[in-house]
Amino acid sequence: MTRTPGSATRMATAPPSSRHLKRYGRTERALHWVHATAFCILLGSGLCMYLPSLAEIVNRRPLLKSIHLYTALSWAIALLLILILGDRRSLRATLREVEYFDSDDRYWLLGQRSPQGRLNAGQKLNTILTAVFAILFAISGFFLWYGERDTRFQIPNALLLHDWLMYASLMLFLGHLYLALILPKTRHSLNGITRGWVRADWAAGRHAKWVEALEASEEEPR
Amino acid sequence: MDAPDPSSKPYGRLAFLGLLGGGISSLAWASRVSGVVSPFTSAISQLVGNLLPVGGWRIYTISGSMPIFYPNSYALQIDGLVRTPRSFSYEELRALPRAHQVSTFHCVTGWTVHDVRWSGIRFKHLLDLVEPLPSAAALRFVSLEVPYTDSLTMDQVRLHDVMLALDMDGQPLSRPHGSPARVVIPEMYGYKGVKWLTRIELVAEQPTGYWEGRGYDQDAWVGHSNGYGST
Repeated sequence: MTRTPGSATRMATAPPSSRHLKRYGRTERALHWVHATAFCILLGSGLCMYLPSLAEIVNRRPLLKSIHLYTALSWAIALLLILILGDRRSLRATLREVEYFDSDDRYWLLGQRSPQGRLNAGQKLNTILTAVFAILFAISGFFLWYGERDTRFQIPNALLLHDWLMYASLMLFLGHLYLALILPKTRHSLNGITRGWVRADWAAGRHAKWVEALEASEEEPR
Repeated sequence: MDAPDPSSKPYGRLAFLGLLGGGISSLAWASRVSGVVSPFTSAISQLVGNLLPVGGWRIYTISGSMPIFYPNSYALQIDGLVRTPRSFSYEELRALPRAHQVSTFHCVTGWTVHDVRWSGIRFKHLLDLVEPLPSAAALRFVSLEVPYTDSLTMDQVRLHDVMLALDMDGQPLSRPHGSPARVVIPEMYGYKGVKWLTRIELVAEQPTGYWEGRGYDQDAWVGHSNGYGST
């Protein structure tokens, strides 16, 4: 990797101050990681039941079923606990952020450069899709589980929906991993969701409206 | 935070509700869409083999591990209400006259695999070899996967496309598909087609099988049982 021009530039334009901005609070991060952990376990155990080749290798279907079911239950309980014990005010603010798209967001989604808030339009969309997928997974999963116990609740479409959600969320997940771990200009955002803060100079480039709003409200970083 | 930007619209909420509503409603229409796209997805599935079951097979087991079949020690026992109980080794089974068919496989949980190529032995032929007694009314199938059993009536196994399959899609049955032998009855949902078959017992009365004991119908006609087509 000969990226000398890039790194030289970065060296030259070192941040005016090494200020850090708090991007995600503890509640948001807990929510993210509970969701991420559950998703990975559910995906893994689910694929081991779903793909014939993996099913043959792993070959412990009843165990996988239990892992899948209890992970889903723990996930739901953990989310509830976060909602009860967490910082609900910050969650409401985040919810508002995600719900509203302004003209800059719309330009951004159309592929044009436009200043973004703390969450850019793509991140908002990702949050919305993730929430929708989670609810639909839970509903279709319930029917899969209960339908086996009472055939009146056996809805064949629940299985199809569960499958389609898996494909869709797997795509979303891979894209998310690419942006968070690999793509150089976006991967610093991983810091935000692990430690809570991001570099101010990075944020000023990618989330200009957020940084402006922070500076306007008060100079003092929390 | 509340400073209302006039261009700011609750599109996020709309998208959330729209997607959620669409997703929930798919519980009513998913199979129709899947029916339209399944020729394409099953073509893909054929290409990638067993790797991705897009529109293809899913493997269900009830016990901790799939049975392993050992060709040398395997035997299919046919006994019960028959004049001459017999036991067939794998080699003997494979030497019996074969029938071939292409049929569609339906699972009660909602998935379907079209155009499965089966090769196996017709039950009529198998039964002729053991000579059922007049009192025999049903066949009880016992799987190597304990405690899986299921049964079919004498009339049902004599339907024209019911067989004891040994090959699927040109290959001997693989372990996930029930090697070395499984029952195939395309008219019924898959749970009636016992995999890893090791014993056929002829009985006077149709017993309750594994899934029947859990509320599933004894006669699992595709489209007319287990809550399908009952309205």
